[in-house]
Amino acid sequence: MRNREFVIEALIRVAGFSAIFFVVLIFLFLMREGVPAFWETSAGNFFGERWYPNEDLFGTLPLILGSLLVTLGAVVIALPLGLATAVFIRELAPGWLREILKPLVEILAGIPSVVLGFLGMVAVSPLVREWLNVPTGLTAFTGSLMLAYMSLPTIISVADDAIDAVPKAHRDGALALGATHWQTIWRVVLPAARSGVIIAVMLGIGRAIGETMAVMMVTGNAARIPQEWNALFFPARTMTATIAAEMGEVAQGSTHYHVLFAVGILLFAVTFVINAIASLVVIKGGPRRGGRLMG
Amino acid sequence: MGSKSGSRLRSILALLLLAAVAACGPQQGEPQTPAPGIGTSLENKGSDTMVNLALAWAEAYAQVQPDLQIAVTGGGSGTGIASLINGTVDMANASRQIKPEEVEQAQANGIEPVEHTVAGDAIAIVVHPSNPVDGLTIPQLSDIYTGKISNWAEVGGEDRPIVLLSRESNSGTHVFFLENVVRQGQEENDALFSPNTLLMPSSEGISAEVRQNPNAIGYDGLGYVTSDQKVVAVAVGEGQPYVEPSIETVRDESYPIARGLYIYTAGEPQGAVQTYLAWIMGPEGQAIVRELGFVPLQ
Repeated sequence: MRNREFVIEALIRVAGFSAIFFVVLIFLFLMREGVPAFWETSAGNFFGERWYPNEDLFGTLPLILGSLLVTLGAVVIALPLGLATAVFIRELAPGWLREILKPLVEILAGIPSVVLGFLGMVAVSPLVREWLNVPTGLTAFTGSLMLAYMSLPTIISVADDAIDAVPKAHRDGALALGATHWQTIWRVVLPAARSGVIIAVMLGIGRAIGETMAVMMVTGNAARIPQEWNALFFPARTMTATIAAEMGEVAQGSTHYHVLFAVGILLFAVTFVINAIASLVVIKGGPRRGGRLMG
Repeated sequence: MGSKSGSRLRSILALLLLAAVAACGPQQGEPQTPAPGIGTSLENKGSDTMVNLALAWAEAYAQVQPDLQIAVTGGGSGTGIASLINGTVDMANASRQIKPEEVEQAQANGIEPVEHTVAGDAIAIVVHPSNPVDGLTIPQLSDIYTGKISNWAEVGGEDRPIVLLSRESNSGTHVFFLENVVRQGQEENDALFSPNTLLMPSSEGISAEVRQNPNAIGYDGLGYVTSDQKVVAVAVGEGQPYVEPSIETVRDESYPIARGLYIYTAGEPQGAVQTYLAWIMGPEGQAIVRELGFVPLQ
């Protein structure tokens, strides 16, 4: 009996540590392949404004800005939609409707991104071009739309769980004090669930910034610096799409190869900073009032 | 409670990082390996422009030589030549000629690449069917793709912005277009594509956009042009005749943006490779070239 428990415990421990172990391994590999780029190219070139690897122009600025632009657009679209859906499912929808909506949202998460990308390319981008009267429908905005759609299930599920975790006593108290249903949701339930909601947004951003296929198919992949106020409605090229499009053909060990890994390091760094900021916000948010993180 | 959710938060962070890293991985096509055991096998890899042609050849040749297994993969001209240099393929397809530095690398590995011209191809300039522009000169095309001309009205069209479409920078077609159209074939010219150029990951990406967007201009191999795109005639310069791409105009060299399609072998071809290449350049192989919209040899 004792022995069996020991074995089970050891196995669980190994499983737990293996996740960390693999993250460290991946990180080391990324560093080994990517760091040489920093001395193979000058800083002026690496952070320059022009990305054209055929001529050894490795300016990553348009790629970084492109990724941020597309991700920001996606969050701005997905956050209100996702939050409203979560509030509706948890607070307003009758029980039978909730039972239908919850699993439907989860099915949404199962649509392969290449399918969404194809849909975006042939169906959404012509609409974007006609409705917004822009030169082409393959824009950062189209990518944001696709990414928003993709991160919605994550945002809805996590926010829904956070709202669900707000104790019933909070609602009862608010209603007993004479607050309306809407006031209870907006002033009591959502603030109490806010750390969970922030986690939802973070996960949504994580999903959006790392997504590749759909973005590559709909954003037009033009490595331009977004400088107009309406840059969201022009084409953009993201870091992920660049790596995916170019890694297949690059000669191993060349400067271009190292630079693509360096772009991976940048992506890693950007994601890390976003996560760090978000978790600081959660910690600084004061005493937690019953909002749970997940499930 | 506090520390428990804290560690959960950390594990979520770790997962996010892992996801971000996973998204950075190379996304290469799965190489097709030939079925083992039956007769001999040939590895044929390279140009995406030629992949349909190479597949059609391999399928037809299976009737002639059922024992021979031919595995065809795309990936791009550069990928094919790199594999030839590494000695992992028997035949490399390329829509551009091998570069001198690639020849050097091959020789360093003890491989002498031998070039075989197997077909011709024209790069067609395509626009939306409603676009009134019928002809463009090479200097005009160069100005369009470098961003000097940004409105269709400047080349005799409607008052619309021009949306530039190109293949990704690693495709042989892209490199050929850069050298022969954007730089007009001039050695010292170092013009680049405008940063506003949309780089499409596939031929289908270009044709999908050209079909539906009246602002768009794109280019692609003649074999990839579908009937719902309008092909623009091209002139070498002002006052020269405008020529539409076709088998005849490529053959008589009047169409200015034409190129050869090549197969490279490691050393002079031997045995199965030699007979296969002879068949490709023979009447049966060249009939398939014509069928797929490329330009057959004489």
